[in-house]
Amino acid sequence: MAVLRRELALVHRQGVDSAMVIAFFVIAVVLFPFGVGPEPNVLARIGPGVIWVAALLAAMLSMERLFQSDYDDGSLELLVLAPSALEMTVAAKILVHWLTTGLPLIVAAPLLAVMMNMPTDVFPVLLATLALGTPTLSLIGAVGAALVLGARRGGVLLSLLVLPLFIPVLIFAVGAVDAAAADLPTKAQLLILGGLLTGAMALSPWAAAAALRQAVE
Amino acid sequence: MPLFEGTDLDCVRGERLVFEGVRFALDAGGALVLTGANGSGKSTLLRLMAGLLRPARGLIRWDGSDIADGPGSFAAAVQYVGHADAIKPALGVAENVAFWASLRGAPATNVAGALDAFGIAHLARLPARYLSAGQRRRTNLARLLASPARLWLLDEPTTALDADSAARLARVIARHRAGGGMVVVSTHTELGLDGAASLDLSALQMAAS
Repeated sequence: MAVLRRELALVHRQGVDSAMVIAFFVIAVVLFPFGVGPEPNVLARIGPGVIWVAALLAAMLSMERLFQSDYDDGSLELLVLAPSALEMTVAAKILVHWLTTGLPLIVAAPLLAVMMNMPTDVFPVLLATLALGTPTLSLIGAVGAALVLGARRGGVLLSLLVLPLFIPVLIFAVGAVDAAAADLPTKAQLLILGGLLTGAMALSPWAAAAALRQAVE
Repeated sequence: MPLFEGTDLDCVRGERLVFEGVRFALDAGGALVLTGANGSGKSTLLRLMAGLLRPARGLIRWDGSDIADGPGSFAAAVQYVGHADAIKPALGVAENVAFWASLRGAPATNVAGALDAFGIAHLARLPARYLSAGQRRRTNLARLLASPARLWLLDEPTTALDADSAARLARVIARHRAGGGMVVVSTHTELGLDGAASLDLSALQMAAS
């Protein structure tokens, strides 16, 4: 709880990171109509993929910072030594990361979907995939962020490590939105996304905490 | 059996033997001063004592049980002050100290007294980014008083402190020991700790080589 309050206070004071992530997400998606031309059918066809890939990249942007500043200023050693469980501390940090980057992406997504000429009846499914998928990104990314601590060019290394792991989330999320657009059932894809999320929730705080203990040695 | 003891400690870092056969023992109210040249392993030994590192050989015991045996009473009993100040520039001085206190389950009411003991009470609301190096160090030391612990591990705590602040620190340590607390401190300057044992890591290295 103490960690949660502190992280939220830090985000509140610094604030910039979150806004930059959203700005990046919006700009990346807006580039596509310029790149592929304003043909409505083409945009509607590629819309789900574009929005999801942009969301992945936006989530990666702030991932590196998750533990880096604590590592640099010595806070991480004290968090590892604290009597409270490191796994819970990590979970709190991941939750704040999602609240400040994942949640705003979900809010911005319908606007971008309109821009990509996606039919409005697939919006609920698009939002459902983002709601299930973005926490998974924060969870998996946290393990990568903990592993690359202390490495030079950690940001690039982190992307190389983590982006391939995001592929299943991308496939099933875009699959669900495409199915909804074709009036097919989407339950299976959403259930798999939910499964990925619960799996990541169960494993990644422990994996990240183990990596952090290594990092402070 | 002493409350906090280490036996036959070897430490290897990056395939280099930092020290071997180090032993220490500390009882309630005791103090241990680590001395030695740069690179003789003072910080490394303190990190071993804190449990951040594992010794290549040997045991560190707290109250009879190995500190490597997972989270026991040791985590709640130890406070470590390293080289880095662990201060968030965006938060106020009091907020920084209060966070570490609450993480260890101490009441927030301790914070004001802790700041006062190190002479930084007037800075409580100032964002930490405006602090000088010495003020940051004092903020970090204030953690010690904000959440009580039996054992303090201090890695060159007087770095960046002026003479007055160093004297304050010596008084704080004396009061801590009078209450049964223990302290291990690595230092190049004389802190004036009564009846402190000392461990010269340079001398050990000479003997080994």
